[in-house]
Amino acid sequence: MWKALRSMHRHRDLLLMITWRDIHIKYKQSVMGFLWAIFMPMVIVAAGVVIRLAFAHFSAAPLRREDLLAIAVKSLPWAFFVASIRFASVALITNHNLVTKIYFPRLIFPVAAVASQFFDFLIATAVLVVLLAVLGVGASAQLLWVPLLVAILVTLALGLGILLAAANLFFRDVKYVVEVILTFAIFFTPVLYEVEMFGPRAPLLLLNPMAPVLEGLRACVVLHEAPALLWMAYSGGLAALLLAVAVTSFIRLEPLFAESI
Amino acid sequence: MGDHILEFAHVSKKFRRGELHDSLRDLLPALVASCLRRPRSPELGQREFWALEDVSFGVEKGEALGIIGPNGAGKSTVLKILVGIMDPTSGTKNVRGSLSALIEVGAGFHPDLTGRENIFLNGAVLGMSRKQINARLDDIIEFSGLRKFIDTPVKRYSSGMYARLGFSIACHVEPDILVVDEVLSVGDWSFQNKSMAKMKSILQGGATVIFVSHNLKAVVELCDRAIYLEEGHVQAMGRPSEVVDRYVRRAAAEALVPCAEAKDERIDRVVLRGAQGETSLFRPGEKGFVDVTISALTSDPLAVALSLRDENDNLFFQVDSARLAGIPLMLAPGTSKTLTFALAMHLAPGSYYLNVALLRTDINRTVDQRRMARSFVVHSEVDVRGVANLYPELTCT
Repeated sequence: MWKALRSMHRHRDLLLMITWRDIHIKYKQSVMGFLWAIFMPMVIVAAGVVIRLAFAHFSAAPLRREDLLAIAVKSLPWAFFVASIRFASVALITNHNLVTKIYFPRLIFPVAAVASQFFDFLIATAVLVVLLAVLGVGASAQLLWVPLLVAILVTLALGLGILLAAANLFFRDVKYVVEVILTFAIFFTPVLYEVEMFGPRAPLLLLNPMAPVLEGLRACVVLHEAPALLWMAYSGGLAALLLAVAVTSFIRLEPLFAESI
Repeated sequence: MGDHILEFAHVSKKFRRGELHDSLRDLLPALVASCLRRPRSPELGQREFWALEDVSFGVEKGEALGIIGPNGAGKSTVLKILVGIMDPTSGTKNVRGSLSALIEVGAGFHPDLTGRENIFLNGAVLGMSRKQINARLDDIIEFSGLRKFIDTPVKRYSSGMYARLGFSIACHVEPDILVVDEVLSVGDWSFQNKSMAKMKSILQGGATVIFVSHNLKAVVELCDRAIYLEEGHVQAMGRPSEVVDRYVRRAAAEALVPCAEAKDERIDRVVLRGAQGETSLFRPGEKGFVDVTISALTSDPLAVALSLRDENDNLFFQVDSARLAGIPLMLAPGTSKTLTFALAMHLAPGSYYLNVALLRTDINRTVDQRRMARSFVVHSEVDVRGVANLYPELTCT
């Protein structure tokens, strides 16, 4: 694990270059340019509005401003997570000419995929911050939780992305399984809804490690409350464990990559 | 022996033929099967084969080692293990110092990025830091000769331009050990000359080079030592000219496997000799002798034809015994005869192929032939291109 970190540090120029390449290519021949970064979150928010209007109609409780803000706040990390997994899981295959021709730590590919998505996430976050300020959502000391929550988010995305990148190299159907799961994962994750809506069954939903992260972000950004610390610790612990397992097995499998791709 | 910067000790590599289980559906049966079998058995499974078997060699600092052999001999596998892309199944590899590989020029270029952007990307991939790339950027662009197009996306480049840019980046990396796989054959010939000169200057700069090539002439000229690899085994190791000679003769022997069908008239043996006996290396202007042994069961009028082709399979010389002697050859039925052709090899440095054909002059048909019966290399310090050697001399007034 430390060896992996050290070799990543040694190859940081390359990591930067590959990340830069991924970002650069995405924006190079596109009309929308940086609008791409907020495209997916915008679609998620639109879907959220539709669903929450339907909820409001049935429950006869009016749709509140905080509910929409919550969806907006959660849509960014979710979009980042989905895109990271999508790109990281195919990162080795799309770079197969480099994997089979030249040696450097292959961990760079999934990490660069997540890093380039994180760049989009930062742009979208900047837009969201302006939006929240305009809408008069104040700041509070609870915002200090945000970096920690984002760190858990990135750790989760990295862990899963690295694991899937290696798995996908050996078994090509992993890619399709990932696609299907990513398409429907939004229904199992509190992005468009809140876990409280499920009353006593809420903890079941929070077992999904993404749920405490999203709910935590909603709590500290929109509601100015402290996130549920126990659940946050659960998520963070799980994320760290996942990353450790992912990196260890990735490095163990690495010598087989070139002949199995 | 202690000064080895790079060492291969008893390296073997096992490969599988055919498909691996590539989807999850195939995994479960495979897992069950591998649990039943003894794990990691040293013997070969039914679809496995040794790509390399017990290969050992060491390379000293500042040495240039050439690796030659036919396709599928295991040359690329050696390089891939050397570079760390693959792990050997058994044996050890030891590398001291930084190592950079030119396994394929332009591997990792992105078509949408410009030439300049790809220099930074590819440079980083090959192990240069951003500072180093910045410092060498001008040299790289200059060497590639693509200054006018450097800000054009490389997808608009011709394949030659692509290869030139790739080579230019790669030869400016300046690692301790440079691994080169068949890259001197890129670009047009002026660029090839430039690459060859650059390789020579890299070698003179004291770099250690591992050089895999089918360009036997380049191996003889550039390398201090050569390895001839075939079917995963080291067949010969030593002075490049001797190893190349051995390889060329072995390849020729294989081309001479007798035909299954018994023919009435046939070529039995083709031997290429120099003044000191069998060889496949010549100096320009040296005398070469081709002994062709034929046998016949009939008494038809025959002629033996020799033709010489260059590396690109262009025919540049042809002669037959009937035209040379003025009359066809008549053999008593059931006898054989050896004809010797003496040739003066006034050729430019390069690799050449000798084809031999047996003709019946009465019906004007080829009755037997040996394509690439022999190949040989002409080497010289004076590098001229083409086929003919006009022994140029330069004077300035």
